[in-house]
Amino acid sequence: MNIAPIELAGAAVILLLGSAVLAMFLSRFQHLLVAVSFSLASVASLVALVAGAWTVSSNIANQAVMAIGLPDLPFHLRLDPLAGFFLTIVGGLSFFVSIYSLGYVKGIIAQRPVTRLVVFYALFLAGMFMVILADDALFFLVAWEVMAAASYFLVLFEDEHLENRRAAFLYMVVAHVGAIAILLSFGVMAGLVTGFEGFHGYTFDAMRQAEYTPAWATAAFLLSFFGFAAKAGVIPLHVWLPEAHPVAPSNVSALMSGVMLKTAIYGIVRVTFDLIHVFPWWWGALVLMLGLISAVLGVLFALMQNDLKRLLAYSSVENIGIVLIGIGLAMIFTSFQLPLLAALALTAGLYHALNHAMFKGLLFMGAGGVLHAAHERNMEKMGGLIHMLPWTSGLFLVGCVSISGLPPFNGFVSEWLTFQAFLLSPSLPSPLMKLLIPMGAALLALTAALSAACFVKAFGVTFLGQWRGQHAPQIHEVNWPMKLGMIMAAVCCLFLGILPTLVIDWMDSVPEHLVGSKISTTAGAFGWMWLTPVARERASYSGPMVFFVILAVIVIAYLILHVKKGSIKRVPLWDCGFEKVTQRMQYTSTSFAMPLRRIFGFFFSIRERVKLDPQAAHRAFPGKMHYALRIRDRFWGWIYKPLVDASFLMSRLVGKLQQGRIQTYLIYSFVTIIFLLMVTR
Amino acid sequence: MNLHIAAQINSFLAALVLLTAFGMLVQKRVYGLIHLFAWQGFFLSLNTAIVGFVADRHHLYISSVLTLSLKVFLLPYILHVLIHRLKIRKEVETIVNIPTTMMIGIALVIFSYHLTAPVRELSNLVTRSTIAVALATVMLGLLMMITRKHAVTQIIGFLALENGLFFAATSATYGMPLVVELGVALDVLIAAFIFGIFFFHINRTFDSLDVEQMARLKEGD
Repeated sequence: MNIAPIELAGAAVILLLGSAVLAMFLSRFQHLLVAVSFSLASVASLVALVAGAWTVSSNIANQAVMAIGLPDLPFHLRLDPLAGFFLTIVGGLSFFVSIYSLGYVKGIIAQRPVTRLVVFYALFLAGMFMVILADDALFFLVAWEVMAAASYFLVLFEDEHLENRRAAFLYMVVAHVGAIAILLSFGVMAGLVTGFEGFHGYTFDAMRQAEYTPAWATAAFLLSFFGFAAKAGVIPLHVWLPEAHPVAPSNVSALMSGVMLKTAIYGIVRVTFDLIHVFPWWWGALVLMLGLISAVLGVLFALMQNDLKRLLAYSSVENIGIVLIGIGLAMIFTSFQLPLLAALALTAGLYHALNHAMFKGLLFMGAGGVLHAAHERNMEKMGGLIHMLPWTSGLFLVGCVSISGLPPFNGFVSEWLTFQAFLLSPSLPSPLMKLLIPMGAALLALTAALSAACFVKAFGVTFLGQWRGQHAPQIHEVNWPMKLGMIMAAVCCLFLGILPTLVIDWMDSVPEHLVGSKISTTAGAFGWMWLTPVARERASYSGPMVFFVILAVIVIAYLILHVKKGSIKRVPLWDCGFEKVTQRMQYTSTSFAMPLRRIFGFFFSIRERVKLDPQAAHRAFPGKMHYALRIRDRFWGWIYKPLVDASFLMSRLVGKLQQGRIQTYLIYSFVTIIFLLMVTR
Repeated sequence: MNLHIAAQINSFLAALVLLTAFGMLVQKRVYGLIHLFAWQGFFLSLNTAIVGFVADRHHLYISSVLTLSLKVFLLPYILHVLIHRLKIRKEVETIVNIPTTMMIGIALVIFSYHLTAPVRELSNLVTRSTIAVALATVMLGLLMMITRKHAVTQIIGFLALENGLFFAATSATYGMPLVVELGVALDVLIAAFIFGIFFFHINRTFDSLDVEQMARLKEGD
């Protein structure tokens, strides 16, 4: 029996839609509902993962036309290596998260019915798979909206808090403004295919074969980039992201941050490299600039957060920025006819997209575990969780190391590849860019360092030290499905980190299709041990070797410390001669970020207030101190607040028409009639 | 009856329709308004019958009978009952004073003649000179709705407007197809019933039929 990968992927979508329908009937049996639905979701995700990985490795493109859709405009599906690659990302993380959800959602049942969560979770996954499979503008937008609407309801799951409703509304607004831009972009392209005379330009195939004039192509690109950037949370379109991601249930946050943002990346790559495919260099420069801004500012914002999930959300902005850096460089190299370098940069960007899905999913799952166990999101109140949650903290640490870009985990590989792409930019023909682009590498280096600081803070404040709140609550380790989901993601992080040559060999069909070159011939020239992106003399990295050296160091350190009983002693804290050191005197998240807040303070709107208790006898001996710190995103005040104010002003002006008196309304129609009669006489 | 006389009679009736329209614009008492409305309906139905006779369109007789029964007897009767039930005694208040209203009305009539001048040149129907009057009646009905505060006068204004439309149909094209006219007649009847029901509700809610009270329904800023 012959099965094409696209049939497998279609089966996965049908399975998810079926499970959404089934969930509605099972809502009376909540435990059964969770078990059945998330098992189905994990099976479907696994099927999609297989379909995607198979497509990429066999370097084929399947197409299918569905009998449904609008009359005479059927839905088209296509699974080529690019779609397969993103299907692998989505399927992979969805598989881990669905298994994790088996345990996580069970913990929610006691608080509220979960039917809504289960139904929209399945629809959300189905929407993401369909976005990737879509091969015409119509189906793409339908799938895009399914994904957006389902995730809106997921963000709104705990809808009793005003904050959550506000976040969901903001998300909905930005998602729709973005969707309109994407719609217009497809409209421009489809219209140009047929000269604005028919509807048959709506398939991606037709768009691919068309030739666009530079002005129209730029319009289409800018519109679609705006739309996808709004979804990806590129600065300055990121404001919804740190609001919406933290308030969703953690398994959903993992998916939103880990893979939903990747569908936007997919859209950018699909439109630029595949549909338009001939573009001037400044498009790439624009993408590169925005990527750099997102990366640096994203991590700085992340550093300032005290809410664990908000920190992770801002860090997603940073990582999307890094992915865009790779894509932007690939675009620049492509427009200067340097396919090999373009392939390297594109591989770096896509590799980082894959890595980010894995470690951000892992981190959000870990944050969910902490939330599940400690019922607390504010890091300032936590601490010392490593003793109570050994598994979660260990796995969270893996995520932290990966995201900080440290070997032997995966974050290092993709950031290193991005650096290689940067450092090869002197081969560009333009002298100005030879000078400017390597500056981007410096910013990327800053980002990597800051993100390491950020995750030292996240891990250190949350898991190390001692509990900072009043009474340490009874905290139990998370259950097995949750552990299993996290372990698999962590193993993936390690695998992607120590065997990059195999991964690059596998995913090479993607750049081959898009930019016409591949890097595995050079990258894997020295076997699976050595990754040599361009040439051995330039740079090489051996994941396995680094891994074994690090492992050896850890083992030796462990042996030295633990072999002899009593070489580790626990003693009371040295209190510098003061007495009574309390748990609240520990280093906090705010104090950790303070030096960086001072250095980069001009990026934020900071209001810091220290108020002494007026009842003290003398100012030198204050009884109590009040400290208030508020850090806000300047973009809100710069861009969004004027927009919001303007729209409110407009609606107030329009509202003046509404007098509430029938006569006034009649006069409106009367005057209109008279006017029209005069004009059209 | 030759065509010349028919055109004369038609113009005469048109003048009467316009006169009643102006009458309604200035009439302050509700009962007076209803009587004027009934008269307008009567002239209309007479005109329809004559046009039907001259043009040899027999379905216009049915329209004529329909107009007579509906607009001369049934609707005024419904309005009478309504006013009686709602115990409306006082005079109808206007927003703009009556001389000003008259001036606006005259301006509208002139405007309608100006508007329909091209139609008069092109058409060769007997009734072509009355199109302007029909259009003026529509506008005067709308003007009446705008200048009056009372809900009952608003419906009378609406019905007068509908009369104008009907008149326009007969004078411009010798009437619409019968099916359409039947439908319109039914619509008017239903509208009258719905208005009647609304009046009771408005009266109960606001203790008055003054539509200005409904401004309170507006959302505050």
